[in-house]
Amino acid sequence: MKHVIATIGAAALAMALVLPGANAAEEEGEQHTVHYPLKKPVEQDWSFAGPFGKYDKGQLQRGFKVYANVCSACHSLKRVAFRDFHELGYSEEEVDAIAAGYDVEDGPNADGEMFTRPGLPTDYFPSPYENEEQAKVANNGAIPPDFSLIAKARGVERGFPLFVFDVFTQYAEGGPDYIYSLLTGYGEEPAEHVVVPDGLYYNPHFGSGVALAMAQPLYGDDVEYDDGTPATIEQEAKDVAAFLMWAAEPHMTERKEMGFRVMLFLIIFAAFLYLAKKQVWSRVDH
Amino acid sequence: MSTYEAHGTYTPTSGIGKWVDARMPLPRMMYDSFVAYPVPRNLNYAYTFGGILSFMLISQILTGVVLAMHYVASTGLAFTSVENIMRDVNHGWLLRYMHSNGASFFFVAVYLHMFRGMYYGSYKAPRELLWILGCIIYLLMMATGFMGYVLPWGQMSFWGATVITGFFTAFPVVGQPIQELLLGGYAVGDPTLNRFFSLHYLLPFMIAGVVILHVWALHVTGQTNPTGIEVKSKTDTVAFTPYATIKDAFAMMVFFVVFAYFVFYLPNYLGHPDNYIEANPLVTPAHIVPEWYFLPFYAMLRAITFNVGPIDSKLGGVLVMFGSIALLFIMPWLDTSKVRSAVYRPWYKLFFWIFVANAIFLGWLGSKPAEGVYTMMAQIATLYYFVFFLIILPVLGLIETPRRLPNSITEAVLERNRKSGAQQVASGTAASPETRG
Repeated sequence: MKHVIATIGAAALAMALVLPGANAAEEEGEQHTVHYPLKKPVEQDWSFAGPFGKYDKGQLQRGFKVYANVCSACHSLKRVAFRDFHELGYSEEEVDAIAAGYDVEDGPNADGEMFTRPGLPTDYFPSPYENEEQAKVANNGAIPPDFSLIAKARGVERGFPLFVFDVFTQYAEGGPDYIYSLLTGYGEEPAEHVVVPDGLYYNPHFGSGVALAMAQPLYGDDVEYDDGTPATIEQEAKDVAAFLMWAAEPHMTERKEMGFRVMLFLIIFAAFLYLAKKQVWSRVDH
Repeated sequence: MSTYEAHGTYTPTSGIGKWVDARMPLPRMMYDSFVAYPVPRNLNYAYTFGGILSFMLISQILTGVVLAMHYVASTGLAFTSVENIMRDVNHGWLLRYMHSNGASFFFVAVYLHMFRGMYYGSYKAPRELLWILGCIIYLLMMATGFMGYVLPWGQMSFWGATVITGFFTAFPVVGQPIQELLLGGYAVGDPTLNRFFSLHYLLPFMIAGVVILHVWALHVTGQTNPTGIEVKSKTDTVAFTPYATIKDAFAMMVFFVVFAYFVFYLPNYLGHPDNYIEANPLVTPAHIVPEWYFLPFYAMLRAITFNVGPIDSKLGGVLVMFGSIALLFIMPWLDTSKVRSAVYRPWYKLFFWIFVANAIFLGWLGSKPAEGVYTMMAQIATLYYFVFFLIILPVLGLIETPRRLPNSITEAVLERNRKSGAQQVASGTAASPETRG
């Protein structure tokens, strides 16, 4: 066994020696495709990170306010229903009121006509545009992505050796970190060699280019928080990123709670099995 | 008739037991296979992955059957139906994360199982068929895993399917018809998704069938063991139950701890964020990468960037990729050494561990863009992969001097225990006399 470990160690060492060299060679070599984003996401502290992470309901409500007042003008949230908002800590009446605040198309009625009515908790969040073509024409040819899964659909490659450490630190917040960094990443002057195409806005945190079609959406004080939290741009960006993580993974808290119980059971059961195994095998030389 | 079938001591005591035994002795077969079956007494934890794999197959089938009750195989609804499972089906998120991470851990276990077989020479006579059946299972697993990844209909599903079915067009004449047959058309679409769903449901049961053959073949030849010496006497073995069962159960539970860690804390770690974007034939992702367990083969595919005579780089890459798997099938005949276990083959042991490191390295390269220095490194690593099978294995058996083999498993065990016992005595007299138990 010692030999095995020594050999693995030697192999790992050899790889560790080769890889940085490889990266250096890549940087020196001819200009390859530039890898985006230009700047890595800035890691934030999230209440839902780690094995005992939980959503902060106050933060989710604040984030929802940012989404409703700012983002929802262009971005849909079509996979989230109003009934799901109970999980944000709203009461039945509050959920009813939130739903009723939106007009929802229904029908056809007995006359064969489509009609609009106030939303119900069972309705899904209405989209700002009728269809993709309308979204495109309103936004200079770019379709604002749906936000239901955006926090899981965005992530910046971590690279070696970070992706190994991530297993042990349980880093799974690449999505919200990315959203936060993008929302607070506007306003910088691009470096001289960076060409920003016309009609796009420079943002070094954007994942697939130097600039994106969305102008800076948050400036601070875009909303007034009900709980009195100062609405700085950082606060708003963080709250909406947390809200979008919830929208993408509504059962995360439940998952981590169950995970703890499952892990505890498995570890204790494994310990018993180990003792049983020792006892059984003590009867023979092996 | 193998000696392994002559160990039956099953004697039904109850009336029903005798009645069944006289008509269809299934309980007798189970008893002989999983209770009385003799296993070498020196098996280590590397030999526990067979049991783990059986359990993973069952887990995948059970979660998969329930997921299929909620899944809709239609390009317009597939993505939404999966999201419906994640959000609204009771514990749907758990089923789906168990299934998607279960696929990954199935491959983790199968790779460890295969490396164990390579290290201890489990593929050598008389176990060639056992090994080949294992290779068939692996091939079926790859097909199942690939088609399963297409079903959620995310961006990587769609583009992965496009790229992988595109391999077949590399073959002249027959390539195009094969691709069209796979896709059910000229591009990935509804017919593709439907046939992939159908096959994804079918193949696991074919795997289960081959697993039965695999276990049958195993029980005819008996297991290998870390010494690589065949079982010679009754003292070399212990009964499967309780010895192997309890050891397998413990190893399985440790494996589940790691599996559960991913399911509950890092469920998307092994996936790609792009697969949470619904498939869009008009938008190509920046990097199309397959799941991690295909990355070494993907790296070898892309390493061939040059033409060789009439074979262009595309066909060359596809041939290298298929060839790398085909080599596994003929491995029993490539290795010329009479000694099974790497424990007694110092040079083979070295080359084996380089092979393992090389495979991991290829996996890392597969996740990198195929350009610049990565391509060159992939070419070197691909070369080593083939050299290992085609040159090192045949030549090493002829020139290597193996270490002295013990006469029997029992002798090897007693010798090792004598050594470690002597060490214990030397290392401290304070050791408590009742360390056993």
